[in-house]
Amino acid sequence: MKPAVTKLACRNIWKVFGPGGDRFLRGAAKAPSRDAFTRAGLIVAAEDISLDVIAGQILVIMGLSGSGKSTLVRLMSRLIEPSSGELIFEGKDLRKASEKELIEIRRHKMGMVFQSFALLPHRTVLGNVAFPLEVQGVGKAVHEEKAQEIIRLVGLAGRENCYPRELSGGQQQRVGIARSLISDPHIWFLDEPFSALDPIIRREMQDEFLRLQSEFQKTIVFITHDFEEAIRLADRVAIMKDGRIVQIGTPEELVLAPADDYVRQFTKHVVRAKVVSVRAIMTAPGPDAAYAGSVKATDHIEDIADAVEKAALPFAVQDENGRIIGAVGRRNIVDVLIGREQS
Amino acid sequence: MQRAALSKPLPAAFWLALAALSLSLAFYAKPLGEALSLEWLVDYPKLWIVPIQSQISAAMHWLIDEASFGLFTLREALRFLSGLMEVPMNLAIEGLATGLLSGTGSRAVEIFPPLSWIAVTVIFAATGHYAKGWALAFVQLACFLYLALFGQWHSAMLTLASIAVTLPFGVAVGLALGIACHTWSGFDRFMRPVLDLMQTVPVFAYLVPILFMFGFGPVSAMIATIIYALPPMIHNTTLALKAVPDELREFGTMVGCTPSQMMRKILLPSALSGLMVGVNQVIMSSLNMVIIASMIGAGGLGYDVLFSLRRLDIGAGMEAGLAIVVLAIALDRLSQALATRHPPARKTTSRAFPLNYPRSFLCVAVIAATWIGGNWIEALQTFPEGWQISTRQYWGELVKAINLNFYDQLEAVKLFFLATLLLPVKGFMLGLPWAWVIGLIALGGYKLGGWRLALLGTMLFGFILLTGQWDYAMISLYLCGVSVLLAILIGAPLGILAAEVKGFSRVMRVAVDTLQTLPTFVYLIPVVMLFNSGDFSALIAVTLYAVVPVIRYTAHGLDQVSPNLIEAGKMIGCSKWQILTKIKLPLAAPHMMLGLSQTIMFALSMLVITALVGTRDLGQQVYTALSQADPGLGLIAGLSVAFIAIVTDRFAAVAAKWLTAGG
Ligand SMILES: Nc1ncnc2c1ncn2[C@@H]1O[C@H](COP(=O)(O)OP(=O)(O)OP(=O)(O)O)[C@@H](O)[C@H]1O
Ligand SMILES: [Mg+2]
Repeated sequence: MKPAVTKLACRNIWKVFGPGGDRFLRGAAKAPSRDAFTRAGLIVAAEDISLDVIAGQILVIMGLSGSGKSTLVRLMSRLIEPSSGELIFEGKDLRKASEKELIEIRRHKMGMVFQSFALLPHRTVLGNVAFPLEVQGVGKAVHEEKAQEIIRLVGLAGRENCYPRELSGGQQQRVGIARSLISDPHIWFLDEPFSALDPIIRREMQDEFLRLQSEFQKTIVFITHDFEEAIRLADRVAIMKDGRIVQIGTPEELVLAPADDYVRQFTKHVVRAKVVSVRAIMTAPGPDAAYAGSVKATDHIEDIADAVEKAALPFAVQDENGRIIGAVGRRNIVDVLIGREQS
Repeated sequence: MQRAALSKPLPAAFWLALAALSLSLAFYAKPLGEALSLEWLVDYPKLWIVPIQSQISAAMHWLIDEASFGLFTLREALRFLSGLMEVPMNLAIEGLATGLLSGTGSRAVEIFPPLSWIAVTVIFAATGHYAKGWALAFVQLACFLYLALFGQWHSAMLTLASIAVTLPFGVAVGLALGIACHTWSGFDRFMRPVLDLMQTVPVFAYLVPILFMFGFGPVSAMIATIIYALPPMIHNTTLALKAVPDELREFGTMVGCTPSQMMRKILLPSALSGLMVGVNQVIMSSLNMVIIASMIGAGGLGYDVLFSLRRLDIGAGMEAGLAIVVLAIALDRLSQALATRHPPARKTTSRAFPLNYPRSFLCVAVIAATWIGGNWIEALQTFPEGWQISTRQYWGELVKAINLNFYDQLEAVKLFFLATLLLPVKGFMLGLPWAWVIGLIALGGYKLGGWRLALLGTMLFGFILLTGQWDYAMISLYLCGVSVLLAILIGAPLGILAAEVKGFSRVMRVAVDTLQTLPTFVYLIPVVMLFNSGDFSALIAVTLYAVVPVIRYTAHGLDQVSPNLIEAGKMIGCSKWQILTKIKLPLAAPHMMLGLSQTIMFALSMLVITALVGTRDLGQQVYTALSQADPGLGLIAGLSVAFIAIVTDRFAAVAAKWLTAGG
C-alpha cells in the first residue's frame, strides 16, 4: 500500500451565514453555543470542520438535506469564503491565495460537477466540454481535439453537435463530467451529481464513474444523500449533521461501529454482506483445524458467502502475505446476514 | 404614530360628511369667498405664481447660447453630438428609403438607389423563416406586401430606418446600464428611483428640452425615443442576469473565468432569451413613439398620422395608422420569435459554400438582382404606383356615411355623456377651492399612509399650484378620473367573464394583446372619425386604452385564488354566484387594486396624447410648449403630470395594502 498523502486539508473550518456572522464568530472568545447563533439570527452551516482528503481516494460526504454538504464542498473550493479556519491545498494555504492565483488553481487543478448539471444552454456538447480550455486561452484546434477525445471516453461520441436540451438527464451529466475532466484536475468535486437522475440511470452512471476513476485515479470529494451510493463508491465516508461531521471512516467502520443513532439510522438498512469484510467476523483459528479452502481477510462477505455456505468445514482466512490469521464458517456468515450480535 | 393612524380607520360617516362638504363647496365656494373676501383661498391669485417657468426657459437659453466649457461651448458640443448620430441615421434613411442623392431638392440626382421593395420583403421573410419557419415567413411577407400595396412603402421605410438606428443605440445603452446595475449594487440603488421617474414622466415633458438642445429633426426624435425605450431594456437586463442559475455562476468561477469572461461567456449568453424580451420592448416602445417623435422631426408613418390628424383627414390618418399597426405586428412577431428561437442541432452536411447558408445567399442574390435589374425595369426597384390600392376614399366616405346616417344618434350619445357626466364632474373639480383639495390630500394621505404620504402629496400638488398649472391639472384629473371609472365599469365585468368562462378567455387574451400592441395614437383616429375632437373623444380614447390593465388584473386576480378555497366553498354549498362574490372577488381585491394604479398610469399617459384632439388639460400645456419651443412650460407641465401619477400611485398602493390587511 502506498502511504496516504493529504491532498486537501480542512482545519477548524467554520461557516456562519447571516448578516455580521463572521464578526460574531470572531468576536467570541470561545466558540458560541448554537443557541447564541440562533438568537443572533445566524445559521451555522459548517461548524469546526477538520478533515483530510487523501490523494487518489474517494471521500464521500453524506447527510440529510440541509446538513451542510454543499456548503462544505463550496468551502473547499473557496466558492464561498470560510468564516474562519484553514484550508491547505497541496501544502499551500488556499485562503492566502490571491484572486489571480485562485483563478490559476481553479483552471488547472480543480474540477466540479453540479447537481443540476449547469450546462451552458447556448453551446453544443462540444462547446460545453471545450469551454474550460477556451477560458484558459488554449487554441481552438487543440481544445476541440481534446474535447472529442473526452466525449468519446464518457460515451457520447456522435453527439458532439447536440445542444444540452436535446439530451437526456444522464447524457447531460456525462457532458458535465467530461467538461470537469478536460483540464485534468488534481482534485475533483462532485455535488450530488446523480441525484437528479432516476434509479436505473443512476446505477449506470455510478458504474461509469467507477470505470473512469479506475482509469484516472483522481482525488475525489463526492457528495450524496444516498447511503447506498456512498458505500458503493467511497473509500471513506464523512457523515454530516447540522453542519458538523458526526463520524468519518470506511463504510465498514460506519456499519459495524456507528458513532450515534443518527449514523445508525443511515446504516440500518444496508445489506451488511456488501460492506463487512471477512476480517471483521472471523474467529481465531483452531490449533489443528481442517479447512474447506481459504479466503482473503479483505474480501467482503457477499463475495465468499456462497462458497462458505456450501462447504461443511470452515474456511481459513489469510492476510496479504498468505498467513492464516483466522477462520470463518457458516454460522459467522448467518450472523452477519440476519444482523445477530456475534456470540 | 404612524401605526396608530393606520390601525384606527375613521368611521364611514366622517368620509361621507367630507364628501358632502366638498360637493357644497364646489358650488358655493365662489360666492362664499367673495362675501368673506377670501377669494385667494378659492382661486389661486395669478400674482402669486412663482415664475419658475420663465426662469427655466431663461436658464435653458443661457445654457444653449452662453454656456461654455472653455475650449468649446455647450452648443458646439451638442451640435457635435447630434452630427455624430446623424451619420448612421442618414445612412439608414438612404439605404432604406431615399437612396444616396447628390444635390438637394427636386434637382437631386440619385447616385445609389435604396434597397428595393422586393429585397426588403425577402430579407424579412427570410429572417422570419430563420426564426420560426414558414408560418412566420409568410406573416412577414404579407405585412410588407401590405405596406407596398397600400402605398405606405416610403413612409414605412423611413420609420423602419429610424427604428433600425434607435434599436442598437437603445439596446447598447440599456444593456450597459443594466450590466452596471447588476455589477454594482450602489449604482442599482441610484438607478431605481431614476427609472421610476422616467417611467412616470410623460414623454412630452422631455420632448421640449430635447428639441431645445438638439433642434428639430430625426436625431432629436431618436434621442427622445431612446430615453423612452431605455427603462424597459435596463429592467429586463437586470432581471435576466439575476435569473441566471447560481450553479452556472459557480461553474464559471470553478473553471477560472475572469469577471469579464464570466459576463461575456456565461451570464450574457445564458440570459439571452430574457435580454431579447428587452429588445422586443425597445422595438415596441420605438413604434409607440413614432407619432410623438414626429412632433420633433421624425418623418415616416408617424408624421403622416400626425399631419392628417391635424387636418382631420381621417382617410389618410387611418391608412398610415393601419400601416403602423402592420409594421408593429411584423416586428413584434419577428423579435419574439428570435427571442425564443432554439438553435437547431448543427447538421454536418457538406454542401458547397453558398448553399450551406441558403437564406443569406437568397437575400444577397435578390438584392443584387433587383439592384441591377432596377436600372431597366423600374418595378423591381419601387412598387409601381399603378398597382397600389388607396383606401383613403373609402374611409372618407365611410365617415361621411356615418355622419349622414347616424349623426343624430352619435351626437345624442355625446351630448348625453357631456351633460350627465363630463360637464358636472368638470364643474365640480374646477369649482373646488385649491385650499380644500390640498387639505383633503393631506388628510387622506395622513389617514391612509401616515405623515410621509401627506407631506409628499402636499408638496407635489403644491408645486402644481405654485407654478400656475392648477386649473389644467384639475381638468386632467377630471378626465383621468372619469375615464378610469368607465374603464373599471367596462373592464371589470369583462375580466370576470374572461376568468370564469373558458371559451371567452382566449378571445379576451387576443383582444387585450392586440390593444396593447397598438401604438397609443392609433386609438385616436376612429374616435375622432366618429365624434370629432373634444373632451368626449379624449374620454373614449383614454378609456379604451386604460381598459386593458383593468381586464388583465381582474382576470389574473381571480385566476390566482387558491383552488382549495373554491373547493371548500363548494363543499359548504355555495352557488356559483356566491363563490364569485363571497370568495373569489374579496380575495382578488388587493391584486385588482394594484391594477388600479396601473390603470391610472395608462390613463395619464394616454391623456397627454389626447391633447391633440383639443382638451384643455396639462397635455395641452405641453403641446403648447412644444409649438412655442418653451422649455420651461414643457418641463413644468410634464412634471405636473408625473406628480399626479406619483401621488395617485402611492395612494393606490397604500389602499391596496389596507385591503389586504383588513380583508
Ligand atoms: N447563501 C446562504 N445564505 C444563508 N443560508 C444558507 C446559504 N446557503 C446555505 N444556507 C443554509 O446552510 C445550511 C446548509 O445548506 P447546504 O445547501 O449546504 O445543505 P445541503 O446539505 O447541501 O442540502 P441539500 O441536500 O438540500 O443540497 C442550510 O440550513 C441552508 O439553509
Ligand atoms: Mg446541496
